[in-house]
Amino acid sequence: MLIDWFTVSAQALNFLILVWLMKRFLYQPILHAIDEREKRIAAELSDADTKRAQAQKERDEFQRKNEVFDQQRTALFSQAKIDVAAERQRLLDEARQAADSLSAKRQESLRNEVHHLNLAIRRRTQQEVFAIARQTLTDLATTSLEECLCEVFTRRLQEMDAETKQGLAEALKTALAPSLLRSAFDLSAEQRALIQNALNKTFSAEVNIRFETAPEQISGIELTTVTGQKLAWSISDYLLSLEKAVDELVQENDKSITQAEFKPEAKAEPKLETNSQ
Amino acid sequence: MHLSPDQMIFWQYGFITLNATIVFTWGLMLLLVVGSKLITRNLSTDLQRSRWQNLLEIIVTAIEKQIEEVGLTEPRTYLGFLGTLFLFVAMASLCTIIPGYEPPTGSLSTTVALALCVLVAVPFFGIRDQGLGGYLKSYFEPTVIMLPFNIISEISRTLALAVRLFGNMMSGAMIIGILLSITPFIFPIIMTMLGLLTGMVQAYIFTILAAVYIAAATRTRKPAFKT
Repeated sequence: MLIDWFTVSAQALNFLILVWLMKRFLYQPILHAIDEREKRIAAELSDADTKRAQAQKERDEFQRKNEVFDQQRTALFSQAKIDVAAERQRLLDEARQAADSLSAKRQESLRNEVHHLNLAIRRRTQQEVFAIARQTLTDLATTSLEECLCEVFTRRLQEMDAETKQGLAEALKTALAPSLLRSAFDLSAEQRALIQNALNKTFSAEVNIRFETAPEQISGIELTTVTGQKLAWSISDYLLSLEKAVDELVQENDKSITQAEFKPEAKAEPKLETNSQ
Repeated sequence: MHLSPDQMIFWQYGFITLNATIVFTWGLMLLLVVGSKLITRNLSTDLQRSRWQNLLEIIVTAIEKQIEEVGLTEPRTYLGFLGTLFLFVAMASLCTIIPGYEPPTGSLSTTVALALCVLVAVPFFGIRDQGLGGYLKSYFEPTVIMLPFNIISEISRTLALAVRLFGNMMSGAMIIGILLSITPFIFPIIMTMLGLLTGMVQAYIFTILAAVYIAAATRTRKPAFKT
């Protein structure tokens, strides 16, 4: 008999025991280990996904910040360019104003200098002319300049046209205060008497006058009424002509100096630099 | 020469006999259990693991996959029974390389015992899955007339399981035994190698058939599997 029923039952029991033992010692631990590993891998994958998402988020954030930064930088750069241009313009204007003011001051000072020079020249010329005339008259005509002047003044009084004479006469007659006679030099008593006589004779009246020495009176005698009418003779006309000639000379000199000064400045005009960056 | 290891009796007391079948079965059980215990003693849940653990994981997952492919949607429920069936039959034929060893599956008693286990397991899983009524109803499918045929089918397939495995294992052992007496060199080795192959094939066939029977019993009337 090939089948031994005791062996069959023993083997069936053995097999069932083996099933239980294998479950206990093989399948459960192995499956448990596999499950744990799968869980772990799933957790790691999930963690990696989270990290990737986080990294993506951070990258997006970084890119956004970068873009904002670029925009801000561009805005700041353009603002800085505008500010620099404005500041440059302001500085140029200030420099121009300062240069203008300096130039005006210099011109003013030049004018003052010219004026003072003119005055000095005038005074010096007057003195020189006086000295020359005085010396010439003394040497050649054995007479003094003052005498000649008094003589010329009295002659002019006499040669005056009727209309002027009439006007002056009325002014002198109606004057309450004495008229003023100014001379560049001190008149002697004789000269004063000569002039007084000439006046009295000319206007046919007793003319009340007050003598005064005025050094700025350029070598002449001047009669001023209270109403402001004047009768005078002096060499100031000659001197004015001289002064005019000197002025022209000075102006010509100024022009050449100014041209010489401005030409290099024009060359040194700063150019506006354009930067494309 | 023994036709079956049952005939190698070591100890007997009345009807209780301690034959080679039982002894070698115990040896195999000891080998399987101790081996499993030793390997699963230090299991790693890390990505780094020992080669023995890898081997066991491959075997277990392969069996699980096979069970799933047969149509059992929850393979872990059946892994204990079907997996042990495969490992026992496979190990029984694998150990034929050991001199003096007689495969317990070469005994009709063992194969009958295994087939009876399958015969019991099929209704067990079937009733657990769809209830006693549902399982018994499957015997009346498609009509009541089919009841005796269904019962015959159950018995005949159990018998077929037992005889197929026994025949293959016994014939392998017999051929090697005959060849050893005729040509003691070379040929027994080739036949042993062929025996290993047929043993593995038989283990696979036995397990897969058992899985198919269980699947047939459990998935009856399940709409998901209707075509």
